[in-house]
Amino acid sequence: MASQQAGMNNLFTYTGSSSFTEFLGAYAPDLLPSRAQTPAVPVGDQIPHATTIVAATCAGGVVMAGDRRATSGNIISQRDIEKVFRTDDYSCMGIAGTASTGIEMARLYRVELEHYEKTEGRSLSTEGKANRLATMIRGNLAMAMQGLVVVPLFAAYDPAVDGGRIFGYDVGGGPYEQRNYHSIGSGSIFARGSLKKLYRENASPEDTVMACLNALYDAADDDSATGGPDVTRKIWPMISVITADGYRRLPDDEIAELVQAVIAVRMEAPDGPIAPLR
Amino acid sequence: MSMPFGYASPEQIMRDRAEYARKGIARGRSVVVMQYADGILFVAPNPSKALHKISEIYDRIGFAAVGRYNEFESLRLAGIRYADINGYTFNRNDVTGRGLANLYAQQLGMIFTESIKSLEVEIVVAEVGESQSDDQIYRLTFDGSVFDEQGMAVIGGQAEAVAGRLKERYRDNLPLPEALEAALVALTEPGGERPPTTQIEVAVLDRGREHRKFLRLAGPRLEKLLETAKSETPPDKPAAEDVSLPEPPTAPDGDIDTGSAE
Repeated sequence: MASQQAGMNNLFTYTGSSSFTEFLGAYAPDLLPSRAQTPAVPVGDQIPHATTIVAATCAGGVVMAGDRRATSGNIISQRDIEKVFRTDDYSCMGIAGTASTGIEMARLYRVELEHYEKTEGRSLSTEGKANRLATMIRGNLAMAMQGLVVVPLFAAYDPAVDGGRIFGYDVGGGPYEQRNYHSIGSGSIFARGSLKKLYRENASPEDTVMACLNALYDAADDDSATGGPDVTRKIWPMISVITADGYRRLPDDEIAELVQAVIAVRMEAPDGPIAPLR
Repeated sequence: MSMPFGYASPEQIMRDRAEYARKGIARGRSVVVMQYADGILFVAPNPSKALHKISEIYDRIGFAAVGRYNEFESLRLAGIRYADINGYTFNRNDVTGRGLANLYAQQLGMIFTESIKSLEVEIVVAEVGESQSDDQIYRLTFDGSVFDEQGMAVIGGQAEAVAGRLKERYRDNLPLPEALEAALVALTEPGGERPPTTQIEVAVLDRGREHRKFLRLAGPRLEKLLETAKSETPPDKPAAEDVSLPEPPTAPDGDIDTGSAE
């Protein structure tokens, strides 16, 4: 009973920062993703990997799209995994790398942002949110060296600029602010190439979603670890749009329509829309 | 009997503590927490913009307090930590208002018995449910007692008087503007002036919202709501006993507002 009371008292007497992660480290360190114990042998390959996420700014906001496939080596371990997470009303993050670690990181990050907002009575600035995520990724470095890598892509609507902002990270942290668009994951190289030709600055959210869908399609076309749209099972890429009205995840029927439009073009031109040369 | 000198019986000590705490709580303004059609409404007269009496704890849980600010502020932060830890460890749906109320009761009770000075606070923990019957309102007093309130709770200031006025106007399933009007009328002393829009703190736990149900109402949104409230609420018909009851003079001489003037 005494230790339970001491634990309870920690809740009341902790006068540290408004960071949930730091409180967790003091109160229940075993719940942190970056625990002290690391596996002796690299086990990364045996745990499902998550794989292509794209983000692109649009008029008044930002779009993030992610595929739905999780692989363990050559096996597709899940067809409909969700890799884009709403982190707060005006931001979201996508994860590439080890699925389980990424999901845990996204959960903790979401609570981190919410906790700050509730205790301080205001939201973090966009830079603050991006920095905080960088610190969490940096904290995961030990596990990353053992193969449990998490690399996020963070996108937010920033009221200060009335537009979207994108931040990329690497294994050691970051953040690296990106202009216009960015992509992460095994299929990111192909997605980026595709977006290079299809992206239009300040386009409507819907047009930007189409560009992202095409980018994911191209990534799935060339990367076995990225899943394309599953027409038979109706499993579509996850798409979220963040504007001044907040985070919105597009419902399946809306995405279905847009995907059908993409596929209709591909039926005639399998490599996708052709960009003008001059 | 002062503490270090002579002998004070335990009852005396407890009574003194309780008296001290009650006085502290009665000094401020009251806060009203009540059910309305879409959830739970919190109303508190509060001249400060930065220091809140009403706060969000978790998805469905709200917190309101009166008394000493720094004391209930630390309770509020502890509640948020408790909720976030449990929501993170298990699942967001596993955080309940009841669990939080128990935590507070334990802490308040412990401090009341063991500390030299008890906390001068009274708090309400409210949880909004899927329907009106699932809503919960818990009122906790400085000594750790928990009261499971039905429909409404009033804390601080002249709580009984305010509660009495509120009971007259309270009905189940009141739309928001009417509920807000009822709360403000109850909080206004007869013959007194209603606090201006900039000096009331209003928040709701709205069943219909997604994820986090808590929403602060302020600025133009609140003003519009108050205007709707004024135009929609029918003039009060005071009960027969009401007119004859002599109210203790709490306002300067002048007309007493019985609500039937319009």
